[in-house]
Amino acid sequence: MSAPGLQNMSHAARDLAASRAHGPHTSMFLRMLVRAAVLRRGRAASALFAMVVAAAVATAMLNLYVDVQAKLRREFRNYGANIIVVGRDGASLPANAVAQVDSVLAGRGIAAPFAMIVARTSDGQAIVVAGTDFDRVRQLDHWWQVSGWPAGDSKDNSHFSQNQGEVGHPESYAALVGVRALAAVTPKNQPFDLSFQGRTIHLTPAGTVQTGAAEDSRIYLSLADFVAWAGVEPSTIEVAANGSPEEVTAIMNQLAQAIPAADARPVRQIMEGEARVLGKTRATLLAAAALIILTAALCVLSTLMGWVFDRRRDFAIMKALGASGRLLNGFFAAEAAALGATGAVIGFVVGIGIAAWIGRVNFHAAVVPRFSVLPLVLAGSMAVTLVSAILPISLLRRVQPAVILRGE
Amino acid sequence: MFVRLVYESFRRQKRRKVLAGAAITLGVTVATAMIAVATDIGDKINRELRTIGANLVVTPQEDSLDVEIGGVNLKPPSDGAYLNEADLPKIKDIFWRNNITSFAPTLPVPVRLEHAGKQQDVTLLGTYFAKRLPLGGEDFTTGVRSTYAWWKVSGAWPDDNSRNVLVGEKLARRLGETAVEEITVSGRRLRVSGILSTGGAEDDQIVAPLALAQEILGKPGAVRRVYVSALTKPEDAFGRRDPKSMSGPIYDRWYCTPYPQAIALQLTEAIPHSHAEQIRQVAQNEGAVLTRIEGLIFLITLAALFASALAVSAAMATAIFERRAEVGLMKALGAGKLAVAAVFFAEATLLALIGGAVGFGAGALLARQIGQSIFNSQISIPPVLLPVILAIAVIVTFAGSAAAIRRAVTLDPVFALRGEL
Repeated sequence: MSAPGLQNMSHAARDLAASRAHGPHTSMFLRMLVRAAVLRRGRAASALFAMVVAAAVATAMLNLYVDVQAKLRREFRNYGANIIVVGRDGASLPANAVAQVDSVLAGRGIAAPFAMIVARTSDGQAIVVAGTDFDRVRQLDHWWQVSGWPAGDSKDNSHFSQNQGEVGHPESYAALVGVRALAAVTPKNQPFDLSFQGRTIHLTPAGTVQTGAAEDSRIYLSLADFVAWAGVEPSTIEVAANGSPEEVTAIMNQLAQAIPAADARPVRQIMEGEARVLGKTRATLLAAAALIILTAALCVLSTLMGWVFDRRRDFAIMKALGASGRLLNGFFAAEAAALGATGAVIGFVVGIGIAAWIGRVNFHAAVVPRFSVLPLVLAGSMAVTLVSAILPISLLRRVQPAVILRGE
Repeated sequence: MFVRLVYESFRRQKRRKVLAGAAITLGVTVATAMIAVATDIGDKINRELRTIGANLVVTPQEDSLDVEIGGVNLKPPSDGAYLNEADLPKIKDIFWRNNITSFAPTLPVPVRLEHAGKQQDVTLLGTYFAKRLPLGGEDFTTGVRSTYAWWKVSGAWPDDNSRNVLVGEKLARRLGETAVEEITVSGRRLRVSGILSTGGAEDDQIVAPLALAQEILGKPGAVRRVYVSALTKPEDAFGRRDPKSMSGPIYDRWYCTPYPQAIALQLTEAIPHSHAEQIRQVAQNEGAVLTRIEGLIFLITLAALFASALAVSAAMATAIFERRAEVGLMKALGAGKLAVAAVFFAEATLLALIGGAVGFGAGALLARQIGQSIFNSQISIPPVLLPVILAIAVIVTFAGSAAAIRRAVTLDPVFALRGEL
């Protein structure tokens, strides 16, 4: 912007005249703007610095405010399922239910099927045995403390060969045994038998599971082994759906439609707890953001007002030389706007960096830059700078230039 | 002379002092409020997380296995051991008793429900709704209404001493009536005070006062499980260590930290023949959520402190810059650099102390407001923090003025007096 003005100065008078004929006002206006910033580098720099800090803090806070929901939601998904699909009146779900749930979710979550029966141990004790997909459970239920997961579905049963220690037990299946069930069924961690409706299965404990809840009293088998033995299909699918409460409700409704033979219901304590904690955190963040942005804006206001006030001599000279009130207002407003815009853009970049850093340090995930925040920060910065420029000017306008120039 | 200089400066330049003081007050207000919120947020969010349900469970030590599928208990009622209801008040007697927000005992009883000529086997769950327990001097009200905040009742909650019950909404639907008035359970006619909706297994059950369940079971004082909701500290590497492997002082430190495991151990010790354990789904995850939120608010508090420090320095720098002429006069009259700096620093200290004290009060009020409006409970700031806040205010004001004062003392009096810089 400064280039044409400066060139005109150093070139021949012919160029100068031509350029003045073109637009003397604009060129002079720009020159004054640029020179003001260049000559009083220290003061301009400190005003710009205040502006950059304020814009950076505002950007970081707004970014975090927008992003914190998504970040915390991810933490809450570690609580496991927020939707449960059960066959109506305890009936089994259709065979393709898991595939249907997966197609509804389409990557927006994870689902794990569970089938359960009550079996008897060799000494007649009743015990709950469940069949599930271990790979899915591992992703869904992070809190399960498992000493060793059984290898996935044993479709060909080839990995059982190493467990076939005893003759007379042609096949031994790997089981995940709850800690309390282990103490009751096989305290020495040895292979054991279970029977259900006359069919007996020979199991080897592959590991134990501890959760502090009902799982501790159960024995888990891979779904394929379970179905082959008990002939019971899954009756429950636990679903952890990602997203806002509205999205989760939408997924729930879609699930209910996709599988008419089942009820899909929310896990209320998880959904309500999540909503409460997120709401309160966001409200706290908003209060903090408001306080911080207010402080930063006031910092800009006081710095800028000091800067403009300091230049009352410039103001007085311009006025004495015949500048109109409109021109003066325009000059200081343009200067403030330029400062605000520059500060906002630099501050935006810095603020995105701060938000990303906080995201990495605290949530171990990147905070996505929200460019939708930029117009907001830009407008806010310009508004603050304009106010802090216009306020001292309107005060000074009432004063005679002579009084200011005499230094009183 | 020095005192008079400072005094007169405050008396005559009220506008400037008020402006600088206002900036300091505002900065300290924001800093105080944010520090108060940051120190208290862990506790507040911890309480909110308690809405997810109990994080500890106490079971009889020699209990037999649970045989339960989809909320239907298939375990014979004669099977297994029980806890004694008379031992329950001991829960509020452990080291971390103030961290126990609520607990609810449960006693599932298989019963035969007769209604409108139909008979079916259901589970009747005995529990506390909102039972008042006398504990030394004060009463403690506990039960499912606080432990399971998401339970909803259409109708009225039964009284713990009454013989009224709640019927789960799915069970009520199966009974075929929207408004069930009375049911017959194992030969007893019971009044239904409301329909319960939990989204869990209880929707298929009858929930009754504990005393009634014990009467039906024929075992007075019996409790199958106690679900305990406790405020805990997120588990860390130290918390995960096995207490049996610890030596004296380290064990004491572990025992006196509200880790879920430590509270579980204390519960096990308090209730005879019991075993307490954390419910990992709840206990493990709330630690993670809590750590994240605390970390976030901590970082934001740092940002707030930084912003308020900057605002204070900006205001001080402007205030001093405006007084170049005064500095010039002082120097022309023979004041040394030290004397000029001393005047400014004395003024800054005074401003910081006044602004800091006012700001501390305003910040405490602001924090209280935030606590009231967001968490419906107070955030109070310990008065011990006042000297700390004042010290911070003085340091920040000094730091903010230092550059401006240095420029002021190196000023050539001639230029300063002529108003040129």
